[in-house]
Amino acid sequence: MLRDITLGQYFPGDTVVHRLDPRTKLILVIAFIVGLFAAKGWPSYAVIIAVTALSLRVSKIKPGSAFKGLKPIIFIIVLTALLNIFYTDGTPVAEGWPITWQGIEKAIMMSLRIIILIIGTFTLTYTTSPIALTDGMELLMNPLKKIRVPVHEMSMMMSMALSFIPSLIKETDKIMSAQKARGADFETGNLLQRAKALLPILVPLFVSSFRRADELAVAMESRCYHGGEGRTRMKQLKLEKRDLVALLLGAVFLAAIFVMKHFGL
Amino acid sequence: MKIIEIKNLHFRYPEGEHETLRGIDLDIEKGSFVAVLGHNGSGKSTLAKHLNAILVPTEGQVLVNGTDTADEERLLDIRRTVGMVFQNPDNQIVANVVEEDVAFAPENLGIPSGEIRQRVDNALKQVDMYEFRLHAPHLLSGGQKQRVAIAGVIAMEPQVIVLDEPTAMLDPRGRREVIETVTRLCREKGITVVLITHHMNECIGADRLVVMSEGRVIADGAPEKVFSQVELMRSAGLTVPATTELMYELNRRGYGFDLEALGVEDCAEEIAKRLG
Repeated sequence: MLRDITLGQYFPGDTVVHRLDPRTKLILVIAFIVGLFAAKGWPSYAVIIAVTALSLRVSKIKPGSAFKGLKPIIFIIVLTALLNIFYTDGTPVAEGWPITWQGIEKAIMMSLRIIILIIGTFTLTYTTSPIALTDGMELLMNPLKKIRVPVHEMSMMMSMALSFIPSLIKETDKIMSAQKARGADFETGNLLQRAKALLPILVPLFVSSFRRADELAVAMESRCYHGGEGRTRMKQLKLEKRDLVALLLGAVFLAAIFVMKHFGL
Repeated sequence: MKIIEIKNLHFRYPEGEHETLRGIDLDIEKGSFVAVLGHNGSGKSTLAKHLNAILVPTEGQVLVNGTDTADEERLLDIRRTVGMVFQNPDNQIVANVVEEDVAFAPENLGIPSGEIRQRVDNALKQVDMYEFRLHAPHLLSGGQKQRVAIAGVIAMEPQVIVLDEPTAMLDPRGRREVIETVTRLCREKGITVVLITHHMNECIGADRLVVMSEGRVIADGAPEKVFSQVELMRSAGLTVPATTELMYELNRRGYGFDLEALGVEDCAEEIAKRLG
């Protein structure tokens, strides 16, 4: 079950999207999110869905694996949908029903918004290695160094956290099996009981994470890590023609959404 | 030429009740393959961490190429001279792509990007992992991960590689891959290798074997000489290779074999000779 979590997972590949500069992809994702939240009506949503489908297609991500990533947040999606169905004013579906047509529409839209948000950001993490991603972030935030924001340290922490996800998942699986073998029960009982059952997983997981962090820190120091000062990169980031094209397309997309918003679509 | 000199090294962990290392004197020759053998808690890993200034002595001195490891100004020089590979392959890989992980050390050293590329490719070829350069490290086998870790150290172009129980978490095949790789690096590239281990079989190919117990060096010399001191090895909680064990047991029954016949072939020959 835990292996299904694909958040922050990178799948190496050789598509145009993979080759784009991480900075470009970051900016595009931000533009995409802004567009998504600015979208008001169905025509805008249609455009956004088309763009999402297209980017999945171009980056050769199987729709299956994109939807798999949604599993962990199904609960949030369902909750949002329910809240919207019941708490939106408007014309009731039938006399005396607490559900309104507007509520149903809004519920669908909000759920779609979350699903698209996740899939859109997945496209980024699927096609960009965490190192490239954090490099991109570091470069984009570089101006903040002037006001003493520890940009390098932040991006380093992030890339470490991302690259440890697979081994943490493996570790959690191992601990769960060990606890199950000793009779722990994670599947039955009410929510509170199940939350309590997680405690014997969390404690060893924390302990092993700290040990891991310590070992990793020593290993990094052994390889001469001493902060961002004087550090170079094997892969210099350079904006290519395709990045400019991609950014241009992003701008067109954003402009389209705002124009549609202006006309109430 | 001595590349590492350890002089009367004492070390006590801040929280420790007694000293983990109790006076170690050891010189390591450039280009040699030195194995350090000891059971758990003998202080061998603590000793390893002194060789690249992760720990500094409470008393005594460790010199790398004549530089005192306690000199913080020279920390980077020391660490780029003495590279270190650790036990758990998962806890020393910092990147999500093999080649980016190997590039980590040279990037830290501020080497220009073109040269990093060359060093990374070279290092990966030397450990036979070049074709895996774009793979995700967590999908590799244990032995492959350790070879990537070795490549990550070679990319710094160190003069010494210290391996702290690099095979402890590997299967027999991975173990062989790692030992073969470091042996080759030592013999072909002249890199000094210090292999910390508790597998006596990994020590057989070394030029020199140092045995540690209770924070002290209790034996030091060519592997066959050291292993022939069977009682001493047993008193340190260590076993000796099966061949030595066989000779030793036969000798106890009054045969008088040469205990230094370490290889299986040598051992068989000895016995065949005696059988006529």
